Amino acid sequence: MASIKTYDETLPSRPDYVARLGAWAINTNLAMGDMGVFFLSTLYGILRWPGRRTISETLAQMYEMGTKSIPVVMVAGGFIGAVLAVETLPQFREIGLASRVGSVIVISVVKQVGPILTAVMLAGRLGGAMTAELGTMRVTEQIDALRVMGADPIRTLVVPRVLACVIMAPILTLYSDAIGILGGWVVAVQVEGVRNYPFWHYAAQSTDLFTVNVGLVKAFFFGIVISTVACYKGFRCGNGAQGVGRACTEAFVTGFCLILLSNFILALGLNNLYNALYPNQPSVL
Amino acid sequence: MVDTLPGTSSALPALIRFENIYKSFGSQVVLNGVSIAFTEGQTTVVLGPSGTGKSVLLKHIVGLLQPDAGQVYYRDERIDHLSDRDMSPIRKKIGFLFQLSALFDSMTVGDNVAFPLRTHSRLSKADIDDRVAERLAMVGMENSERKMPGELSGGQRKRVALARAIALNPELVLYDEPTTGLDPIRSDVINELILKLHEELKVSAIVVTHDLASAFKVGERMVILMGGGIIADGSADDLRSHRDPRVQQFITGRADEADLRALHRI
Repeated sequence: MASIKTYDETLPSRPDYVARLGAWAINTNLAMGDMGVFFLSTLYGILRWPGRRTISETLAQMYEMGTKSIPVVMVAGGFIGAVLAVETLPQFREIGLASRVGSVIVISVVKQVGPILTAVMLAGRLGGAMTAELGTMRVTEQIDALRVMGADPIRTLVVPRVLACVIMAPILTLYSDAIGILGGWVVAVQVEGVRNYPFWHYAAQSTDLFTVNVGLVKAFFFGIVISTVACYKGFRCGNGAQGVGRACTEAFVTGFCLILLSNFILALGLNNLYNALYPNQPSVL
Repeated sequence: MVDTLPGTSSALPALIRFENIYKSFGSQVVLNGVSIAFTEGQTTVVLGPSGTGKSVLLKHIVGLLQPDAGQVYYRDERIDHLSDRDMSPIRKKIGFLFQLSALFDSMTVGDNVAFPLRTHSRLSKADIDDRVAERLAMVGMENSERKMPGELSGGQRKRVALARAIALNPELVLYDEPTTGLDPIRSDVINELILKLHEELKVSAIVVTHDLASAFKVGERMVILMGGGIIADGSADDLRSHRDPRVQQFITGRADEADLRALHRI
């Protein structure tokens, strides 16, 4: 006869729950505080005049992060733009507004898809690499060696990576935007037969400089989030290969969640800013 | 009870002094009220089984770890509470050979050895290049400036790390398990290097190891750290004639009776 589990057998007693909840709350607060201090230390490192070594390391990181990421960001952006055209064009055709599909593609790509897609690609490609590199440096005592030799690890390792990511994220977003719009244009105009002039006319009509800047501002903040989280996880990773692997996973998951959260907060904030700057215009965000 | 044996150079001034140091990681107590002075101009070997806090002791000297209680002094200056910035002048006087060598993978051998010079000195590029070549020659790694750490064997990495540790002419060199992972012949090369540097540069040294051959070769003074405290302190001969059975068991390398019984039961 199967035994029936009692409450006492299946669940820990109440004090255990309370203790676990308390431990979770304390640990979460400590981790958030630690990340906050790490971010402020990085900010302080950036605001102090960067030395020649920091600048040259930043340029090297910009090449590594930016130039080498262009192909992957462009391929992803192109296909997403093309898919947007494929998915939206039938709906627009049904109501006789196929010529206006350009406006939807451009707004979607410039404000949402471009920055988010670029950020996710960067979080996966660069965030993981940064965490693995710094984590391995921590595990093999290279970060301790820097401190012992009087070099500030934040200034030497973190500042160049954060600066490079913050500078390159908006630039890569522009590439992603351009190729995304081109992908949509190829499908809509070259494949589906939408006329060229109205495609660009309505696309331009629906987009102003503020709209483009929305995407770039988002990309700037995503750059901060991706690089700070990746460097933090690398600096605090556990021992051994398992510790480095776990830190990489945590860096991507935490970075991705923070990208989505900051996207929402930025959308709200920028929407309010738009309404304040252009009170007679309909909200576009 | 700490058995302070004769043979230590107590007349020499203390370079590093630990006073009643306590350090725990979670519930594990690693250092339990350790007090010891390391004298200037001497090579002291800190022995002990793995996991007894030898490296922890060493890391307190360079401020990589702070004690939970107690004080650490460099000469007569208290250093255990200093920030990284305030520790910088002290760290300049100390070379540290890490257990895993800790060479920067992304830099060449030459850049690794030049790193402390570029960080702390105002030497010209030519002078730095000369110093790097000189230090690499001292450890038998001449003409390896352009190599990457990944191209080197374990022993070569240790030698380059040693060249980096002595780049700034330190007063004190700390060796964290300098022969771990090396075969006996390469271990002996490192031992000879430690002796050579002590002789040529007149530096003080603290060597943390559980390699007895290495310890007896390089150590002028031997300290055994076990169970969170120091159980023996003296010359090599003093340790050999020490009364504490734990000391005898360690220096003869005998397994625990309890461990042997457990093994035979399997």
